[in-house]
Amino acid sequence: MIEIKNISKWYGAFRVLTDCTTQVEKGEVIVVCGPSGSGKSTLIKCVNGLEAFQQGDIFVNGTSVGDPKTNLPKLRSHVGMVFQHFELFPHMTITENLSIAQVKVLGRSRDEANERGMKLLDRVGLKPHAHKHPGQLSGGQQQRVAIARALSMDPICMLFDEPTSALDPEMVNEVLDVMVQLAHEGMTMMVVTHEMGFARKVSDRVIFMDQGSIVEDATKEDFFGKPRSERAQQFLSKILSH
Amino acid sequence: MLALDFAFFTPELISGYIVKGFIFSLQLTLVAMVGGIILGTLLALMRLSGRPWLVMPAAAYVNTMRSIPLVMVILWFFLLIPLVIGKPLGAETSAIITFTLFEAAYYSEIMRAGIQSISRGQVAAGYALGMSYRQTMGLIVLPQAFRNMLPVLLTQTIILFQDTSLVYAIGAYDLLKGFEIAGKNFNRPVETYLVAAVLYFIISFSLSMLVRKLQQRIAIVR
Ligand SMILES: Nc1ncnc2c1ncn2[C@@H]1O[C@H](COP(=O)(O)OP(=O)(O)OP(=O)(O)O)[C@@H](O)[C@H]1O
Ligand SMILES: [Mg+2]
Repeated sequence: MIEIKNISKWYGAFRVLTDCTTQVEKGEVIVVCGPSGSGKSTLIKCVNGLEAFQQGDIFVNGTSVGDPKTNLPKLRSHVGMVFQHFELFPHMTITENLSIAQVKVLGRSRDEANERGMKLLDRVGLKPHAHKHPGQLSGGQQQRVAIARALSMDPICMLFDEPTSALDPEMVNEVLDVMVQLAHEGMTMMVVTHEMGFARKVSDRVIFMDQGSIVEDATKEDFFGKPRSERAQQFLSKILSH
Repeated sequence: MLALDFAFFTPELISGYIVKGFIFSLQLTLVAMVGGIILGTLLALMRLSGRPWLVMPAAAYVNTMRSIPLVMVILWFFLLIPLVIGKPLGAETSAIITFTLFEAAYYSEIMRAGIQSISRGQVAAGYALGMSYRQTMGLIVLPQAFRNMLPVLLTQTIILFQDTSLVYAIGAYDLLKGFEIAGKNFNRPVETYLVAAVLYFIISFSLSMLVRKLQQRIAIVR
């Protein structure tokens, strides 16, 4: 479903990504972790072309992201993305947040879009909040709406960039629960997160990044059992110790 | 001792001299505001596009307009536009074009700050949903930028309203002109200019109060 082939990226002279290669099969859940600044966000944003890369290529469902002829908006419209800071549109109600892209990008009728939005809002347990603005919801609620918004486009896969790291601890689980449910339903997911409980529970593979490189790409059993690299071992012992 | 006499201020004088000028001042303010904000927004988008061939002309335009006294721009346009289009233009039409083009430079700086106040994450969210640049700007960024900047845009409009009096330089018939002519005809210039000043003050001041109210409401919503 997602094939990342020898991606390298520079910011000026600074190399953010070095020869990254991996793939996500249909229905797989991949967790990406690593220290701050290791390039996780950059890599995941390359997948839907939010960040450009200079070398290598990425294929989403067979479509090249690097090819200048590719219709990127169209590709992005069926790749869902969830951000660390939710990025709901504050000037719209929850209902509008859920329907705007369905109407403007997919060309659905407003009724159809609202119906689909309501269904998804109900699914994340927030139907009574449909008329509110994002600022009136808690962080956990906003992130659940953001997931519903991404799902409203009927994505073929979902990208998550640290979806719970801006949340108060007591709200982390309500978001993770939605993600776990998604994973069980067979959604293809690439998730940047440090929630190792989530990784253990639903991931198929774990990718560990350091200084722009994929250092470890292993099944979760191997990763949590005996990471090969020393950096991954250190990283694991640090985040699992508390 | 100054002896003031306002007895000549009859409804006939107001409808005969003042109303016409007042309507033009209002018209000039509104057209220059709407046109200036639209043009200013385009200039702001050009300056933020990151493409040199769009950034440079927009920056040159804005900086030039902001470096020349308005009264000179009014005069120059009045003299130059007829040369460009090959026929004379009324002072009123010339004023409307000039103010729209001139105010666009100021509105563009306000809109630029407004656009920059919207986080990159909002833009990324628009793109990630498959929106085009136009859709992301038009549906996500500009509405928020406009809302955030509304008090500043209106404050600029109050300044614009006061500045419309500068069209006296080309003899356009605005609010001030109405008072001036009435003052001459009734030989009461001090009284008429005084009333004019009070009127400009009342309009500008009450609009300022309105803007302040609006500012508080926006602060609460956020
Ligand atoms: N626009 C930019 N210009 C220059 N350098 C950048 C830019 N964006 C990111 N970087 C650098 O690229 C590196 C990778 O950043 P990235 O955000 O991908 O890391 P990350 O692994 O997601 O970190 P975090 O856990 O803090 O989110 C960092 O060193 C960062 O400083
Ligand atoms: Mg990051």
